[in-house]
Amino acid sequence: MKWLSANWHQIPALIGDHMTLCVPAILLSILIAVPIGRLAHRHRLVGGPLLGFAALLYAIPALPLLIVIPVVFGIPLRSMATMVVALTVYGVALLVRTAADAFAAVDRDVHDAALAVGHSPTSVFWRVDLPLAVPVLVSGIRVMTVSTVSLVTIGALIGQSGLGVLLTDGFQRGIAAEVATGVILTVVVALLLDAVVIGLGRIATPWIRAGRAGRRQAVPS
Amino acid sequence: MTYLKGALAWLVDPAHWGGAGGIWVRLGQHLLTTALVVGVAALISLPVGIIVGHTRRGSSAVGAIAGAARAVPTLGLLTLFALALGIGLTGPVMALVVLAIPSALAGAYAGIQAVDPAIGEAARAMGMSEARIVWQVEIPLGAPVIIGGIRAATLQVVATATLAAYVADNGLGRYLFIGLKTRDYAQMLAGALLVIALALILEAVLAALQRVVRTHVTAPGTARRTQTHT
Repeated sequence: MKWLSANWHQIPALIGDHMTLCVPAILLSILIAVPIGRLAHRHRLVGGPLLGFAALLYAIPALPLLIVIPVVFGIPLRSMATMVVALTVYGVALLVRTAADAFAAVDRDVHDAALAVGHSPTSVFWRVDLPLAVPVLVSGIRVMTVSTVSLVTIGALIGQSGLGVLLTDGFQRGIAAEVATGVILTVVVALLLDAVVIGLGRIATPWIRAGRAGRRQAVPS
Repeated sequence: MTYLKGALAWLVDPAHWGGAGGIWVRLGQHLLTTALVVGVAALISLPVGIIVGHTRRGSSAVGAIAGAARAVPTLGLLTLFALALGIGLTGPVMALVVLAIPSALAGAYAGIQAVDPAIGEAARAMGMSEARIVWQVEIPLGAPVIIGGIRAATLQVVATATLAAYVADNGLGRYLFIGLKTRDYAQMLAGALLVIALALILEAVLAALQRVVRTHVTAPGTARRTQTHT
């Protein structure tokens, strides 16, 4: 507590740095994983190996991945790009399977009916398949978001600023309160972003709430 | 590419393999730590997960623990335990056990709970005791998912044991931190490649184990049937 009252002023900047790393990675992961998940669902022959490869990518430990990425992509180790690429690799690996499941969960008959009433395949994707896949997608995005926020802390080991700095600095100076503050703040940021994802998921699927309200009114009390 | 060449040159140098800080010793430490941690975590989480799955009570608590665990930064837990317990392996090992429990627990619980309740009822109707239902029906049927949980826990521990080198002189992670400190990119990259190879090999071995259990323990009948067909 004494540490917190003396050092609280550096915390907003650290949270800002943390967000700057994890938010782009989360958005990129969604943008990359959803089309791959769709591809894996539509074409089983490509899908199997693709999902297997994603599982293998996820098996790679975080710090070694951070160190290998600069060699593969030719970017400096201590850079934002290295962090965002590593977080995106994990995000995609984690989200792809759920994305494939999300499209598999869309009722085949609804998809066919939309085609039958004259929607083009593109329009079926944007207006039928994707919206109906949102509930399962959101569950996957939530898991990915929380794990990304927590993973950003590893960046402190290669000198990336973020809440992880509280963990390394606190450890080196032997201040448990500083480490604990870092852990708690990371969990809080993860839960806040999780809540944002839930909220956006609700906005994207207004029919779910309408359906629930409708049923509630239909039942006589 | 020059970095990669440097790392490969570092790896093929026999001087880096032998001795007290050599690759063999570090690899042994890494594997030993992983085995110890996964063993302890399994001893704690498998019975609890199986009981929760069998009684179907407390499942929301297991779900909440597994979910919350993902949000906790592993590095934070490692450094906290190291600060609390001082220099040595006790701190990192305890932190690693705490990190391994949610995956193993979730797998054990999900494996048992996914068994069709009608199968348990049928076994009960035939006069099987609860203990026998768990041992001879639910555990064999849930085994692939239970091992899936152990597999996830093992990968988590191999990865985090690398970070544990930050707080203790242990495992392959040392090469990464020595390399980071001395700006020796070749050593750092070589260590990273070693850890990645180890993780991928363990992943492949455990995936194979999961397949063997699925065909020989969970559904031995199906394996035999396909054999007679061909």
